[in-house]
Amino acid sequence: MGAMTEWWLDFQDTFYRCFIEDDRWKYLVRGLGNTLLITFFALILGVVIGVVVAMVRASYDKNKDETRPGFGRWLLGFFNGLCKIYLTVIRGTPVVVQLLLGVFAILLFLGNDVVIACIVFGVNSGAYVAEIIRSGIMSIDEGQFEAGRSLGFNYIQTMRYIIIPQAFKNVLPALANEFIVLIKETSVAGYAGIIDLTKGGDIIRGRTFEAFMPLIAVAAIYLVLVVFFTWLVGKLERRLRSSER
Amino acid sequence: MSDNVLIRVSGLCKHFAGGDVKALNGVSAEIRKGEVVVVIGPSGSGKSTFLRCLNLLERPTAGTITFNGADITDPKVDINIHRQKMGMVFQHFNLFPHMTILENMTLAPMKLLGKTREAAESKAMALLDRVGLADRAKAYPSQLSGGQKQRIAIVRALCMEPEVMLFDEPTSALDPEMVGEVLEVMKDLAHEGMTMVVVTHEMGFAREVGSRVIFMDGGVIVEENEPQQLFEHPQSERLQSFLAKVL
Repeated sequence: MGAMTEWWLDFQDTFYRCFIEDDRWKYLVRGLGNTLLITFFALILGVVIGVVVAMVRASYDKNKDETRPGFGRWLLGFFNGLCKIYLTVIRGTPVVVQLLLGVFAILLFLGNDVVIACIVFGVNSGAYVAEIIRSGIMSIDEGQFEAGRSLGFNYIQTMRYIIIPQAFKNVLPALANEFIVLIKETSVAGYAGIIDLTKGGDIIRGRTFEAFMPLIAVAAIYLVLVVFFTWLVGKLERRLRSSER
Repeated sequence: MSDNVLIRVSGLCKHFAGGDVKALNGVSAEIRKGEVVVVIGPSGSGKSTFLRCLNLLERPTAGTITFNGADITDPKVDINIHRQKMGMVFQHFNLFPHMTILENMTLAPMKLLGKTREAAESKAMALLDRVGLADRAKAYPSQLSGGQKQRIAIVRALCMEPEVMLFDEPTSALDPEMVGEVLEVMKDLAHEGMTMVVVTHEMGFAREVGSRVIFMDGGVIVEENEPQQLFEHPQSERLQSFLAKVL
């Protein structure tokens, strides 16, 4: 009984030093805010880049044999080449290196580390999202495409009204996974001095010399976030699917 | 007379796989307004390719297609405008699974013809009523039978008020008991004077509804005649042997 009481007192003391003293809990809140902010804008940017890159890549693959030589074909080939380089570079280098390059060199002129992180993680995520969406576009039956074109829709309209909505629905689980990876991936933001959730916990560790409690708290918050978003996406998925049953 | 010609095809060739496969080898034909032209032939004869070339779903390797006096094989022509006037019905229906029946039918008229939702929906409902599917307007394609899907596919194309309807084996993917309901809709359409080009294996339909039947084999038109003449007095040996097998 005595040991139990002692442990409990010890726990209270540690908890106090980690979170209450000097309002240290604010590190976590502020960090969580940055983590969510970076994830949110990176997600939006990633999806926008991903859709555009996927459309260029899929259009090139679909029309390779059909379009006749000319400026349009050359342009599409050019953009396809650019997209391929983008995919290769982004997927071939670690995100931490990309972040450091962004914060300390390439995007230095922007002056705001959080904004830079949003861009870096967005550009990084875009490469993975592009391949996910491309696989979704390629999975749609060619007949859907022909039906759209035969009604008089042009290529872009057919993509927009008919192909992309179906492709998006098909790849939603993979996209959700990418989103969850992204939440956790932003935890390297501290490398560039950005105070995200992980960095917030780590600062508390540095101040209190307590490693376990602040980091467990950080882990728990990530876990709650991921579980919550997984549940949310599952709901969205069921809602989209219901139309096809 | 030539005013009457809606589609004129001349010297149409389509080669696949870099010229190794010659699906069409110089096909020339005319489709006149109000005509129901039925294209028959063994599989691999090029009849589907011929039909798909008419609205440039397949780009011809050589030859020209004139629709309403415009050469649509000319790269400078905006094919999308012409496709609005050429309805197409596919073997596998190709309804949009993520939209309701009504949305399937109103999408193109609203986005391409600039119709208001009310106008597009009232037109769609009138057509649905005609094919006896008005009660399924809010359903999704997956909730329909094959025959119902194909009837929807037909009226979806009709929503664009096309000048010609192209049918690519519209009953080939259907259970036998559903073939009749689809042919019935097509028959009605023909009686209303719609210009139709129909690739099919339904010889009964060809004989009964067709104003002209084209028999294709090996990528060329082998024989072309009124249905009665063609079926009862086939001239070429190939048509004779084909008919002996299918009739």
